[in-house]
Formats: sequence, structure tokens, C-alpha cells
Amino acid sequence: MSSETQQILTTDGIPLEVSLKKAERRNKIKAFLLVAPLLLFLIITYVFPIGDMLLRSVDDKMVTEMLPKTFKAMEKWDGKELPEEEVFAAFHEDFIKLVEEKREGKLSTQLNYTKNGFKSIIKKLRRKSKNFEEGNYKEQIMAVHKRWANVEYWNAIKRRAPAITGQKYLKGMDMYKNETGKIVSVSEDRRIHRILWLRTLEIAFFVTLFCFLMAYPIAHLLATLPMKYSNLLMICVLLPFWTSLLVRTASWMILLQQQGVVNDFFVGIGLVADDARPEMMYNKTGTYVAMTQILLPFMVLPLYSVMKTISPSLMRAGKSLGGTPIVAFWKVYFPLTIPGIGAGCLLCFILAIGYYITPALVGGASGTLISNQIAFHMKSTLDWSFASAMGLMLLTGVLAIYWVYNKLVGIDNIKLG
Amino acid sequence: MNKEFVKFDKVDKSYDGKILVVKDLQLDIEEGEFVTMLGPSGSGKTTCLMMLAGFETPTHGEIYLNGRAISSIPPHKRGIGMVFQNYALFPHMTVYENLAFPLRVRKIPKDEADKKIDKALSMVSLQGFADRMPGQLSGGQQQRVAVARSLVFDPQLVLMDEPLGALDKNLRESMQYEIKHIHESIGVTVVYVTHDQSEALTMSNRIAVFNDGKVQQLSSPDELYEKPVNSFVAEFIGENNTFAGEVSDISGGKCKVKIANTEILANPISVKGKGEKTKISLRPERALINPSDKMDNIHSGKIEEVIYHGDHTRVRIDVLGNNQFILKVPNSSANMDIKLGKDIKIGWNSDDARALDPK
Repeated sequence: MSSETQQILTTDGIPLEVSLKKAERRNKIKAFLLVAPLLLFLIITYVFPIGDMLLRSVDDKMVTEMLPKTFKAMEKWDGKELPEEEVFAAFHEDFIKLVEEKREGKLSTQLNYTKNGFKSIIKKLRRKSKNFEEGNYKEQIMAVHKRWANVEYWNAIKRRAPAITGQKYLKGMDMYKNETGKIVSVSEDRRIHRILWLRTLEIAFFVTLFCFLMAYPIAHLLATLPMKYSNLLMICVLLPFWTSLLVRTASWMILLQQQGVVNDFFVGIGLVADDARPEMMYNKTGTYVAMTQILLPFMVLPLYSVMKTISPSLMRAGKSLGGTPIVAFWKVYFPLTIPGIGAGCLLCFILAIGYYITPALVGGASGTLISNQIAFHMKSTLDWSFASAMGLMLLTGVLAIYWVYNKLVGIDNIKLG
Repeated sequence: MNKEFVKFDKVDKSYDGKILVVKDLQLDIEEGEFVTMLGPSGSGKTTCLMMLAGFETPTHGEIYLNGRAISSIPPHKRGIGMVFQNYALFPHMTVYENLAFPLRVRKIPKDEADKKIDKALSMVSLQGFADRMPGQLSGGQQQRVAVARSLVFDPQLVLMDEPLGALDKNLRESMQYEIKHIHESIGVTVVYVTHDQSEALTMSNRIAVFNDGKVQQLSSPDELYEKPVNSFVAEFIGENNTFAGEVSDISGGKCKVKIANTEILANPISVKGKGEKTKISLRPERALINPSDKMDNIHSGKIEEVIYHGDHTRVRIDVLGNNQFILKVPNSSANMDIKLGKDIKIGWNSDDARALDPK
């Protein structure tokens, strides 16, 4: 830069910067090697699966690869009238090849996702195609089933031409691309996903709120009690942590069912009539109760760790300066616990939004969350790309919440311990 | 001036119902006074301060502030300013907001509050720091803010709980003078707790020496040092040479005490008759080498240790069977012949040798 800046040399005449880098290189390599196993582990177990999920959720090349010639022939087709013979011939060629490889069943499954009704007509086509004569495939295929003569079905095939698709994401929001390429919502009675998303947010929000309301006094007690008692209380808080999640959820089922302990108690003290026992399980109530109890430690611990650092003399100072206990709490103590509240709420909310086992067991139909829907598509319908798409939407949602939190409170204000 | 501005009347305090931390405390503090509660840790001084502030309640007895019993008044209604050991500044508020807190809860209008805050900050020479956060201030500056905050709402009484404990030595000394000057200029009553005797001696009008839940002596710093009333005070305040012995004669304001086959003359403070056990207390600077003949106690001893301290030399002497006898010899050309192992004569006046309780 300017000629005045002089390079500082070491006694050996090597520039100081070079010498410093050399001296630190060993330490840097050592530090890197120490974290390398963990880094590798994270890449394998975290970055790769998420990347794979992203690819899978938009991946649509299966059909593209199964019908290469058809899609090539379809390029010139405008989609208004039935395609020309050329397209039918190409389709026939692709189809025969698939039948030889016994892959036509997969094609029918895939096409059926796009438009219902493909399964049966592809089966029929396979049977009839054995006796096809050479030439004039359009006539022969259209004769197999009247749907093959319907331009909508050919349009459905054409929609599967691109190797990348966002339609799984649209489906996750109960929307789809219609024949003219416009994005529209599905009819109102078929919107299941939006309800699930809203319910997931609602349950996560209220569970977080309940956790906060219950954890705040507990954490305060933990932080202020003498060691002897606070240790005991701490064990009570942590005990559920050490118990299997499944066992805890199952015990809630025992407690909450209609002939369960809680209901018996209510009947016993005359709060409800024996024949009018309230349903507290297989609905939202069950999900709220069980999830709040299970997520409570995640709220208590960050709050406790922050409260532990607040000197009791601050509250005393607040009072000695003339603040009533409420003013001293609200103006002095509470603002200082905000980092803990932020950490606890973020932790609870993020855990709640993706919670699976508890809502699956005690949620019933009205208490299940989006994660249960994802599991359903992973295990039952085997539509992994749809499950991946919803998983990624969930992840995006969590990142969005993180971003909003950072804007509102500041992420450096978080304190986990 | 109200002689009994703060009055502890027969106050007892116990935390567990077994041990009394404060025993039958009787203490009057005059309006405008600077009183220090001095004592070793666990002597009950902080407990007394906390009872006065309202964070602890007396187990028995009553505390009066300006003639009003305050045991049933909660802390926030007592109107007592307090400076805490670790300052207890609100870390999420600026210096201005910290000082504004007591004014806001008192619903003082903003322009008036701003004037008070300016005044308080200039009193501790922190003008221009109003917008800083406490974390951006040094320990000494935080301390000043804490002092300013305790004074900003013009309380009649300010309590300070070892406020200088966390500062380094030089800063502590300059803060001592600063707090003293603030006290003198605004005339507020201060009750100050410390375990540092030099701090207490520098700052206070009167010092209450605490031990074992009791006030051992309540008097001005010079009286406390010159005329301790019992061996605890004599040993706790300043340096002290002691001889344990038995009274062999007592007459005419003097007593003879038998120590290791010899008898020395002493001033009977807490001994009444012959045969009583006693401990004689003598300040190091009151014993002289090369004594004049007028002194009524002259003994010879052997120099065991010489430590050079710049302006004076500490000499440890074996005399009358006590080999821990300390002398402070001013550095002057006349005193250059102090050598290890030498036999010397030392003497003191019997008035300065106070015969106290044998504890």
C-alpha cells in the first residue's frame, strides 16, 4: 500500500507475517484434525441426507427416463387436440421396451399420481399390445380404452416430461398446476395439508406457551432454593428425561383414557357424571397434555441456567430503590431472563413442530401433526418424494422462525447454559 | 439533630432457631452520622444491615427509623438507599436508566428527574456517562454509579454493604475519601459495613465493632484505637502486643500484673481485684527503645527479627517470655544500631498498657 508502511522483519530477516503464519500452521492443522471426525460425521449424517431429500423432493426423472422417445415426439405437440401418429408410435416403442423390462407397473403408479385412472388402462394396454400390428398405432391404442382417446390423459403424460418438478411442494400446500399451467388450490373438501400445517403451528405454539407458563416458576424456584432442595427438585425435573419417551406417552394414555385415573378422579370428586366422562385422549387435549409434559424440561433447563446467573442482590436493589416486588420483578428480573425465555421457547417450538410419537399415540384423528402425515407417506403410500418435500417445507418453516427470532430478539441473546 | 435517628432496640436474630446471629443488639445512630459496622465475617454486621434495609426481619426486638418502628414496613417503602457489595447495577439498563429507576417508581416528573440525575452524576464525577451500559464501565466507575443511584432519590439514610470490596487497593483508598466527602457535603446518614479496619478508621464518625453477634465497642476511631475496652477490640483493631498474667495488686488507678516471675505496671480497665487473670494490651508504637527514666516499665529483651519497611523498621523482640513483641522504630540516624541478636532496653508508660479481660 503506501510506501510508508514498513514491513516488520523478525531477527532472521523473515517477514513477521510469514513467520506468524508458519508458527500457527501446526496448531491450525492440529485443531482441524481434532474436529475432522465430527465434521465428517456431520457431512455424512446431516448434509448428505438433507441434500438427498432436496433432490428427491423435486426429482421427477423416473417418468422422463421411461418415456424418452414419447417426450421427444411430444415437443411439437400443442396439447389442444389429440397428438399425431408420430407420438403414438414413439409411445408404443417406449412402452414395449418397458414391458420387456417389466417396468410398466411403475409407470402406471407414477402416472396415476398425476391423474387418476392410468392404472387400469396401462394394464389393459399391456395385454392388448401383444397383438398389435405394425403401423397405425394411434388407432390401435385408442381402441384399447376410451381414455386413451381422451386428450386430458395425454396432457397428463406431457406434464411429467420435465426432470424437475415442484408439484410435490404444491401438493403439500393443497395446490396443483392445472391443465393450463396455472397454480390453483384443490377443492375445499380435499384440503387436508393446510389444516395439518395450521394445526401443527397451533399445537406447537400452545405447547410452547404452556411450557413457558409452567417452567418459569419452577426454574425460578430451582435457581433460588438452597442447594439441598434444589438438587431434589432438579432430579424431579430431569427424571422424565431419563425415562423412555414411549413409556411416558403410554403412561399418559393410562391416565387420560375415559376409564383412566384422571377421569376416575373427576368422577370421584363429583366434578363430572360417570356417564359423561370427558374425552381427554385421541384428540387435541391429549396431544397438549402429553407434549407439554414431555417438552417441559427443554424449557426449564435454559431458563434455570439463565436465572442462576442473576444475582439476588439485583431484586433487592430494585426493592430498596422503591420498586414494589412486582415492579422489581417486571423491570429488573424479567428482562434479564429474556435470553433464557428465547432459548427455551425456540427449543420447545422447534421440537414441538416436528413431534411425531406422542401425537401419533395420543393424538387420534384431530390431534395428529404434519410429521405424522410425513411418516404416513414414508411408510404407507411410499411416496418418498412427497414426504421429502413436506420435510423440507417443515425445515424451511423452522429456519424462518429462527430468522424472525434473530430479527426480533437477536440470536446472540440466546443462552442455553 | 436527632440522636436516635436509627435505633436498634434489643434486637435478636436467628436463622435456624438454634444459634443467635445477633444478640440483644442495642445501637443508636445520630442523624447525619457516618457509622461503620466493623467485624470479622460471621459476626452479624451484614445481618444487622439487612434487617435495617428490610430484607431480614428481627426475631425479637424492634428497629426504629426516625422514631418509627419499621419491622413491618416492606423494603420498598422504607426509603433507604443502599449500595450493594457487587454494585447490583441493572445490567440491561444504561447508567441514566439505572439512576432513573428510583425516581420513576416515585413518579417524579421527567425534567425534575433529569436534574436530580445530573446532580447525582456530577457528585460522583461521572457526567457524560449517562448513556453507557454498566458493562462498559470499569469497577470504580460502576461503584460510583451505585453510590449515585443510592443517593439520587434523596434518602435520609444510605446503607453500604462492603461497597469497596471488589476494587483494587489504590482505587479503594481514593473511593474511601470520595465517599467520605460526599457524606460531608450532603449530610446524609450513612451506615457502612466492612471488615477492613483501615477503611473503617478512615471514613467513620463512629465505629461499631461486632463480634459474635454483639457490639463490642461503639466509639470514635481514635478512641477505638487508643482505648479499646476489651481484648477482642484491642486485637482486631491495629497491631497489638499482649502479655497474659495475673493481677497481684491494684491501687491508685494502677495495677501490678505478675508475668513470668516479674511484675509490670498496667492501667486496670476491666480488672477489679487481686488474683484476677488478665491480658495486657500495648500498641507497638507506644513502646520505645532506649527509654527515658520517666517511664515506669523498663525491661530488657533480645532482638529476634528486623524487618525494614522504609519509613520505619519493625523489630521483633523476646521480652518477658513473649517472643512476639513487636516494636515500630522510626527510621532516623539515631536508631541505626538495631542488629539481630542484640540485647536492648525497652520501656513504656503504664497508662498505655491496658489490662483487659483474659479472653
